[in-house]
Parts: sequence; structure tokens; C-alpha cells
Amino acid sequence: MSIGCIYALVALGFVLIYKATEVVNFAQGELMMLGAFLAYTFISILGWNYWLGAAAAIGCMFVIGSLVDRVLLRPVLGQPQFAIVMVTIGFGYIARSVAGMMPGWGTETYAISTPFSSEGMQILPESMGFLVISQTDLSVIIATILFCGILYTFFTYTKLGVAMQAASQNQLASYYMGIPVKSVFSMIWGISAAVAAAAGILLAPTTLIDTSMGFLGLKAFPAAVLGGFGSIPGAVVGGIIIGIIETLAGFYLPPGFKNVAAYIVLLIVLVVRPQGLFGEKTGKRV
Amino acid sequence: MRFLFKTDYEQDIQLAKHSGYIWSYGALLLAVLIVPFFLEEYYVGQMTQLYIMAIAGVGLMLLAGYTGLISLGHAAFFGIGAYTEAVLTGNGLALPFMDEPIVFSFFLSFPLAGIFAAIAGIAIGIPALRLVGIYLAIATFAFAIIIEEILSRWESVTNGYSGLLVESIYFGDFELTDGTPFYYLCLGVLIAVILFSLNLLRSPTGRAMMAVRDSEISAQSMGVNLAKTKTIAFALSAGITGLAGALFAHKLGFLSPESFTVLQSLELLVLVVVGGLGSMHGAVFGALFVLALPQGLAILKDYLPTQIAEVPGIEPLLFGLILVLIIIFEPLGIYGRWLKVKLYFQMFPLYKKATFKRQKSYMKSERLR
Repeated sequence: MSIGCIYALVALGFVLIYKATEVVNFAQGELMMLGAFLAYTFISILGWNYWLGAAAAIGCMFVIGSLVDRVLLRPVLGQPQFAIVMVTIGFGYIARSVAGMMPGWGTETYAISTPFSSEGMQILPESMGFLVISQTDLSVIIATILFCGILYTFFTYTKLGVAMQAASQNQLASYYMGIPVKSVFSMIWGISAAVAAAAGILLAPTTLIDTSMGFLGLKAFPAAVLGGFGSIPGAVVGGIIIGIIETLAGFYLPPGFKNVAAYIVLLIVLVVRPQGLFGEKTGKRV
Repeated sequence: MRFLFKTDYEQDIQLAKHSGYIWSYGALLLAVLIVPFFLEEYYVGQMTQLYIMAIAGVGLMLLAGYTGLISLGHAAFFGIGAYTEAVLTGNGLALPFMDEPIVFSFFLSFPLAGIFAAIAGIAIGIPALRLVGIYLAIATFAFAIIIEEILSRWESVTNGYSGLLVESIYFGDFELTDGTPFYYLCLGVLIAVILFSLNLLRSPTGRAMMAVRDSEISAQSMGVNLAKTKTIAFALSAGITGLAGALFAHKLGFLSPESFTVLQSLELLVLVVVGGLGSMHGAVFGALFVLALPQGLAILKDYLPTQIAEVPGIEPLLFGLILVLIIIFEPLGIYGRWLKVKLYFQMFPLYKKATFKRQKSYMKSERLR
């Protein structure tokens, strides 16, 4: 369930970028990795308070995300989607090796000390049943709910959020309506990177931080596709379902199925219902 | 500058457009034929590896460069080819009604490796017909991960992570899969594959593929059978990549699933993009790049101060950096640059930069509401 929430958060980042800019970001996992490493730097190396460090890491990632958009993606806007995907793959390579080369980061694995204990605790009274959950997992779930709520409100009720939706629907038309499309795109990347950073920080107590944790981001594809690419609630539900399926596959199926269960689901979804659970059916414009 | 006067419709589809082609490619052919006599054994091996990567590149180029279908899972076909070859020439195929497993000779198993990969290509191609753009890329990606897992778990055949030894091939007394003979074998396969692809591309099937790349809808309205064209493209591409995999198995001599991961798929894709999408030259240039970069870095390291040279992970950094820079500044890859240099010399004092200027374009949404 909590791993599903992590998938959900990473998938949320995917979907945000896809929805707004129609770019599929293959470096989402790497953004998550960078966020986790920044948090590690602030909390463990510089010795800041956990909350302060996490907030600083999320803020830094916001800046990094906008920079990525400004420096790498702006020049290739308007080119075939494939070119843009390759740019994000290239950025993934760069981010991984830079993180490996940074002094103090390196290629080893690290842990962040958190205020949450990993011991189980009971959240329901005895009479209602028996449910034990660790504080770390609970923190992940709560944070996911919180983030979804904030993003949903942001997109539906604020002016900037509506502007972002407009920019995603028709770039040229929103230019004419006076929306600064370029900076809106940078903002979207920033937000997406910040969400990824949050996912990284939340994941850190469970899996530890290393440079290859970005590959977990690839699991967010099945989540995003299952929920329907371009649907925010879909990403969250998809992520949680994928997490649950994976855990169940680990229990009930022979070893090996745990790793591929998500991808088998992905293929089935793509064949049977390509628009996903929540996606809208779209035609192609000529 | 040479002006071509066409007097015959046949000239439009000739492979060699004018006598210059015959001279330059003839010289190139001669050079690669005599080169093993002058190089050390190590470099002959590297050249062989180059040809193998180029074959795989041609395979992916047919799909990504000419049909416009992006595959993030070509390492899977590469792996299927390699394992088919290794199993068929090694332990052989054990059938229930036979006493001894059949061990295939190389000349039978090699095409079979390609055919197996092609069948796998069709298997992923048919569901992929409904998918466009990025969904297709993700589907092939998922497929590649599943194949990788199968390769590592199906231990009775593939021996899992402990690896599988590949038998050398003897032709009479003489070892075909090592050193110079293997060099010529790979070179021969590469030339055959390139000629096949070039011929394919000037045939109706190849033209249909390019039409699908440029616009699916207009291709369809011109009477191109989308499903058929895409499936053929998938099968051929996977088959050629499978052949490359079979050669790769012999080159390595030892297979383990780690050689066929997603990263390998990405590397193939980078090869095609950096080389230049939509050109056969691109496949070869790209292979050259992918192989030369680590080599060049290794040589460069001797000249750098130790603090810089000892840093791990500089190779993926450059890999990613060059990929990004090429997409931003030279979307046609090394082949695009090659064209520009060529035109510069052909037009010598009159070269205009604007010849290759790209039009400003806005992002076109693929969604319709």
C-alpha cells in the first residue's frame, strides 16, 4: 500500500508534465533520486531539522525542475515527441552520473533519520478489527493524500492552475489569451520535480538512497497508464493498484512474478483499454 | 557540384545514384576488406563488435527511423536472438520423441535465431497496432522487461544468472567464430543486411513504411494497409536485431541476462538517434559513436590529471550530454552533420547556412477534445 503510494506520487509527476506539456518524462525517477539526495545532504550532512531539510529539498527540486525545462526542453519544443523523450532519457543519464560524482553523495547507499519510527502501531481500536501499520508507511499515505488534495485544489481553483490547464489544451490559443506559456511550462516542471522530491524523501526510510533508486520511477509507467495518461486521480488510483498487485504477486505467485506483475498488467491494460481507467477517449487530430 | 540529368525512370530508384557512389563505396569496401591484415587482434575484435552493433542499429532504424515506431525494448529481440543461437548450437533442441537433442549447425541456427526474434516481434507487434506514439514505446518497454525476467528465470534453458556458454563454430578445421574469419562473417552479414534494407526501402513495402512514418492518416487514405505495414516492419526489425544478437552471442562466448537489460535497449535507441534517424548511414555512424566513446575516454584518461580521470561515472555523463546536445542542435544526428560538411565542399564558396534551417514550430497536440 505504501509502495503503491510512492508509485502514485511518481506517476503524479509524470501525469502533471504529460497533461501540461505532452512530454513523457523518462527522468522522473531520477528527479526523485536527486530530491532524496538533496534531503540527505540537508538533514544528515548539514544536520538540519527533518522538516526544514525536506522543505528545502523540495524547494531546490522546484528550481532544478524549472531549470531542466528552461535549459534542456525549451529548445526542442515543437519537435517530434520522440526527440523530447530522448532528451529526458539523456537527462536521466546525466543526473545519475552527476549524483554518483558529487562529493559526499557517491555511489553508496545512505539512510535519512526520520522522526517516524518504523515500528507498527495500531490505528483502529480492537473492537473494529486488527490493523497494524508502521508510522513510516502511514506518513507516506498521509503525504500522498495531502499532495493530491493540494494539487487538485491548485488546478481547479487558482488562476495559475486554470492557466496551466489552458496551456496544456492549446498552446497557441493560450498565448493569444495572454498566458505566459513558457513560464507556465517551467512552473509545471518545477511542481512535478517537487512532487518527485517528496516521493524520494518519503521513500528514503523504506529503501535507502542510492543513485539507482531512479529505476523505481519506471514502475510509475504502469501506474500512469493504468489510471489513464493525463488523469490526476487516475495516476493516484493506478499507483495504489499497482502497488497492491505487486505485493499480492509477491505473496501468491512464484518468485519472479513480483518484478514483472506491474508490466504484465500494463500490457493487458494497453491492449484491452488503452485509455486507462480514468482517461478520456480521444481521437487524433489531422 | 554535380548535376544529375535523369533520362530514365529507372534512375529514380537506383541504389547508386551516380558513378561517385560506386567509387566511394567501392573504396570503403576495399578498405574494410583489407583492414584486418594491418590491425592488431584487439582492434579487429572491436571492428567486429562495431559491425554487430551496426546490424542491430539497422534493425532498429527500419522500425524507428523509417516506420516511425519507437521501440524501447529492442534489447529483448537482441537477447532472444542471442539465446536462440546459443541454445541451438550448444545443448541443442530436445524434442520429446527423439533420443538425443538436435544440435543445429550454424548455418541453420543463425537464420532460425532471426526468425525466432521476428516471431517475437510479431507477437508484440500485433497488440501494438492499436497503440500510437508513446504508448507503443511503453508497451515495448514492458515487453522487454518481461523478456529479461524470463531469460533470467527459465533456468532449464537459459541457465539464469549463472550464464550460458556459447559453443564456437567450426567449419571443417577452422574456427569461424573467432578473430579474422568472424570479422569477415560479421562484415558479410552487415553488408547483406544493409543491401536488403536499402532494397526494401525502394520497394512498395518500404515506401508504405515511410508513408506511415510521415502521416498515418494520409498513408491510410492512400490505401496503405496500416496493420500489415506495421507488422512487417516489426517482424523485419526484430529479425535483423535477432541476427545481430546471434552474432553477439558468439562474440561474447558467454551469455547472461544482464547483457540484455533496459539500459541496453536505451543504448540501441541512443545509437540510432545519435547516428541520425532515417538513414542507413546513421546506423553505422551511431554504432561507431557508441563503441568509440568508451574507447576514446579510456585513451583520454591517460592524459588527464588523476583527480578528474579517477572519477567514476564520467562515461554515462558524456553519453547523456552528447545525446541531449545532438537532439537540440543536430536533430539528424551525425549523418545530418555529414550531409552539411559534404554540401559545404560541394558548393565550396557558395554554401549557405540557411539550406538546413529548421522552421519554427509550435507543439501540436495529439489530443482532441
